[in-house]
This record gives sequence, C-alpha cells and structure tokens, in this order.
Amino acid sequence: MTKKQKNVLIRIIVAGVLLVAAALLPLEEKSLLRLAAFLVPYFVIGYDVLWKAVRGIIHGQVFDENFLMCVATVGALFVGEYPEASAVMLFYQTGDLFQSVAVGKSRKSISDLMDICPEYANVERDGQLEEVDPEEVELDSIIVVKPGEKIPLDGVIIEGSSSVDTAALTGESLPRSVKAGDDVISGCINQSGLLKVKVTKEYEDSTVTKILELVENSATKKAKSENFITRFARYYTPSVVIAAAVLAVLPPLILGGGWADWIHRALIFLVISCPCALVISVPLSFFGGIGGASKRGILVKGGNYLEALATAETVVFDKTGTLTKGSFEVTRIHTNSMNEDELLDLAAHAESYSDHPIARSVCAKFGKEVDHSRISSDEEISGHGIRAVIDGREVYAGNKKLMEQQSVSVPECGCKGTMVHVAADGGYAGHIVISDVVKETSAAAIKSLKENGVKQTVMLTGDAESTAQEVADALGLDKVYAELLPADKVEKVEELLKQKQEGSSLVFVGDGINDAPVLTRADVGIAMGSLGSDAAIEAADIVLMDDDPAKISLAMKIARKTVRIVRENIVFALGVKALVLVLGALGIANMWLAVFADVGVSVIAILNAMRTMKIRS
Amino acid sequence: MKKVYKLIDLDCANCAAKMENSIKDLPEVDDCTVSFLTQKMTLRVPDGTDMDALMDKVVKLCKKVEPDCQIVL
Repeated sequence: MTKKQKNVLIRIIVAGVLLVAAALLPLEEKSLLRLAAFLVPYFVIGYDVLWKAVRGIIHGQVFDENFLMCVATVGALFVGEYPEASAVMLFYQTGDLFQSVAVGKSRKSISDLMDICPEYANVERDGQLEEVDPEEVELDSIIVVKPGEKIPLDGVIIEGSSSVDTAALTGESLPRSVKAGDDVISGCINQSGLLKVKVTKEYEDSTVTKILELVENSATKKAKSENFITRFARYYTPSVVIAAAVLAVLPPLILGGGWADWIHRALIFLVISCPCALVISVPLSFFGGIGGASKRGILVKGGNYLEALATAETVVFDKTGTLTKGSFEVTRIHTNSMNEDELLDLAAHAESYSDHPIARSVCAKFGKEVDHSRISSDEEISGHGIRAVIDGREVYAGNKKLMEQQSVSVPECGCKGTMVHVAADGGYAGHIVISDVVKETSAAAIKSLKENGVKQTVMLTGDAESTAQEVADALGLDKVYAELLPADKVEKVEELLKQKQEGSSLVFVGDGINDAPVLTRADVGIAMGSLGSDAAIEAADIVLMDDDPAKISLAMKIARKTVRIVRENIVFALGVKALVLVLGALGIANMWLAVFADVGVSVIAILNAMRTMKIRS
Repeated sequence: MKKVYKLIDLDCANCAAKMENSIKDLPEVDDCTVSFLTQKMTLRVPDGTDMDALMDKVVKLCKKVEPDCQIVL
C-alpha cells in the first residue's frame, strides 16, 4: 500500500468507529445534536471529497464523481437521512481504496511478468570487474555474465560456454546451449558457465528495451471496445444526472407532494452515475491479456490487435521461415556446361550481397571467402534473382522466370525443392537444388487453428508450384498460391480481404523479410521475430519471439479470452447499474446498494479483468 | 515528435480519459494518450513545438481534472 492509501485506511477506521458511536448515542431523531454527531465521521472521511468537489465546480467540472458524491450525501443530510449520508461516504471511500489497491496490484503483477530488465552489467576494465548501469556500457565493451545473472545487453560470446534460459523472452522452457561465437540477447538468464560477451548493441537498441517499449506502448493503441466505453462514459454521467433531476422534480409535482422521498430516490441516481468500473476494467483486461501473452513469447502491440485476432477467419501464411525453417540447404548441384565447383563459385559470388535465405545457403555451401574484387556489378531483380558481372562474365542466378526473361532454355529436372538456375554468358550453366525443411510444429499449428474456428488457411509463396503444393499437402492447408512476386502477395491478400465475411478478420503470418507491406495490409500482421529481427518487430502487429507457428492458436485463445472477459465486464457493470437505477426509481434500492453498484462493481470487474493474465497452455 | 511523461497519483480512470480529451483539444497537440495503467502520458506534437509553454498548459488542464495528479517533467 502507498502512503496515500494507508492514510485513507486510517481515516476509514476512525470514521467507522465514530459512526458507530454516533449511532449508539441516545439522541432524538432529526435533532441538531444528532446531525452534529453524524457530521463528525462525515467530515473525517469525506473532507477531501468535499474539497475536490469545490475545486471541481470552480474549474467547471460539474459531472465529476466527487461533486456527485457530495450532492448525494448533502442531499441525504437535508432529507434527514444522517446515518445514511455518513455511511455512504464511508462506504464510497472504502470501495475507492479497494479499487486503488486492486489496480495497483494488477499493475504490479503485469509489470512483474515483464521482469526482463537487467539491473547492472559487469564490465571488464583493466582486468578488474566493475558493476555499472547497462545504459552506460559502450559498444564493443567486454562484459562478464556469471551463472544465474541476466544477460544485460545483446552481444556475441567471445569466451566460455553455457546454457541460457530464454523463457522470459520466448516462453520456451528448454534452455538453449551457447558457445563462443554465438549471439546472445539481453533478458536471457545465464544458467551454468561464466560467459565473456562483446557488446554489439547499446542499451537503447537492445532486445530488452525494444520489448519493454513495445509492451508499454501497447496501452496507447486502443481497442474498439475501449473507445466505445470512453465515448459511452462521456454521455452516461450527464444522462443519469439529468434523469436524477427529472426524478426529483416531476413525480412530486404530478402526485402533489412526497418531495423528500423522490429527492432521496434521485440521490441514489447520483451515486451510481460514475462510469469508473467500465473505464478501468476494459483497458485493464486488454493490458492483462497483452501481459499474459508476452509471458508466452507473444508480443502484442495493442488491444485493437487482440480484438481483431479474436475474430480471425482466414489465416494466410508466408511459406519460407514461417511454416518452414527457412534454413535452406543445398541438396544437389546439376551442371550443364561447367564443373560443380565452378558453378557453385559463380553462384556464391552472384548471391553474396543478398540477404535472402536461399542466397545465404548457397554461400554456406561454397564455404570459402567471397572475393568481392571479382564482382564488378551486382543487382537484385525482385522476385526473379540476381544479375551480376563476375570476372567480366555476365551471370544470372535465380528462378525459371529469370531464365525465361533472358531467353535461356531450361532443361526439365525431376528434383524437388527450390532451384537456383545459373546462366553465364547467355548460356545455361546448370542449377543448384535447395530444400527447405518444414517446422516440426507447423502441421499441429494448422490443425489447432482449424479446431479454433479458422475457416480458411492459405499459403503464399514465391516458390515453384510443385514445391509449394508438396508443403501444403503435408500440412493440410486449404489453398496455395505459388510463384508470387512480393507485389503479388499484397494483391492476393487484398483479394482475400474482399472475400472474407463482415466482422471477421484476416491474419497474415510472415517472417518480416520481404513481406512488410503484406503485414501492414492484413487486419492483423503476425511476424516471426527470430529473436529480435528489427524489420519484423517494426512492421508487425504481433510478434512471435520463438518463431513457432503453434503460438498463433495460443495467441488466438488469449485474444478470445480477453475479449470475452471485456464483454463480461461491460454487461455485468451496465447490468448492475441499470438494475439499481430501476430499483432506485421504484424506491426499493437504498443508497448503500447504489454505492455497491458503483465501487463494488468496479472491484469485481477489476478482479475479473485480471483473469486475462492467466493462460492455460 | 513524441514525448512521454510519467504521472504520479493518477487515481481515477475516468479522470485519465477526461485529461486525455481536454489535452487532445489543444491546438498544438496532434494526439495524446493518458494511460491509467502505465501511469504515462504520451504526447504527439509537431517538431519544433515549444514544449515548456505547452507543458504549462497541459499541467493546468490536468490540475483542473485531478488536483492530486502530478506530471514528472
């Protein structure tokens, strides 16, 4: 509890005792003495509410909850309900305290979920270890991470081997073993051995900072239901207050008398006129859902994306790096006019500037240092391949379309997999066959999506029809569109967006490389984060930290649960308020019940909202 | 330009919404969110805005709605 909350608690206890004492005093009903006796606890507990109300009026804040509570309780004093006035004020403050403690607790447990922030870094200086703030560590410094410590900054291991626990970032419970030369990211916990790490990213750019920023910023992207509630709140309070005024004046005028009773009923309206339960519980539910998801390695950039994900009808996948591992391996080399080594040498040099996974695997197979001085020109032809001039020879490396474009005839080959065709000096030189492996969890992920009500699963790929169809059959996908250029992918997604039903959403899952435009175009863009790829984190709405497609259905479950809890809260809070308003107007409810409908409902809604954080796997 | 400020003792969610609305109405502010949960205010203003002068206005607006709440400048 904060100091402010403790203060209120003491005042509640004191006022409670004074209130009981006042009730026990043998004073005449409606006497001035009795009023005075009840005014003591009233002021003890309510002086700040009264003061805020006065300030509120000065600033023109008429529909402020403090002001309304004051009108309600002062009104009760006027109609002679002294105990009720004091008790209601007491009850209101108690409820408010509960609410503030509950919100504080929720806020803390959500931030505990995100407890990945490193406190210090051990920097080696002149052979001595020094503990410094991670923010002060410069690039290329050498830091030492002892067993049990958090890795404070992203870097590369220069000495030592160990296993690191990435659970806080990816939700993956199996530790990863690392050795010298491997990259490590901040936020992981070093479990066994001493590691010396060369820092490759400063604190502001490190993975931890990016993730924390992302989750904190998520509160600024509001879900539709959140906006609805804020708008609703603006009209709710004035409407209830006007209704109260009407209720206080009209019936006694028509019925001729009974003023005290009708005013009393109107005061009940004022007590319930604050929309706080809704205004708190809706964003809190989304925040809890986002916190719970990040614990599982699913970073969500805003409540609106959870809301959209909950209604997912079509899920579109990119193939490479999403459903497949994206770690291509050269499985075969077929030559036409030159020997294998020469072909591989040309292909590796042509592809050496490209970041594409296929290019990287060709270079990996080549295994030698690329001599850049031999390359005099190199350009990427998007969706086709590469044109390069190597040792003065014009070389084309890429897919069949590229060869056709250059009018080079390609012989048929029965091999499965992606082919990099190579043409040199205008003639066909041969091709390199590269195969990609499907992720172990992909098939189960698709199945689980279907079970969760996804109507259509689609795969988009730039690969050849035969390769694509093979993967799609193995995974049980509904539709495949192959041989697409990056721009075609956007077009296909546009088409699918038009086909989907009103009120449902389209999800695109990609690896963030080459498909940023599609990620943005889809209702929800999910990227494989591959442990901190900047492009993916930037473009997507949701990032899967461990690249596991099975997390998509988990994210959907979290989204559905969150949205369900939000609805529960809205219905519950509005229902109780409406009920108490009706009962109040009929003269059945008293002010006590009204205070419960205000603060009690808030507390229950907050507790319900916190359930979003807990997710069964 | 995006600026983030910490808020202390922001106790009421409805007040946060009211602050947000009144700050949004300031002509020099492009967008504003007041997050009751993270206790943070995010302002989006055109580059080169005189932040000191703007923050004076923002502080006044917040004081009107919730006198207890402080903005850490």
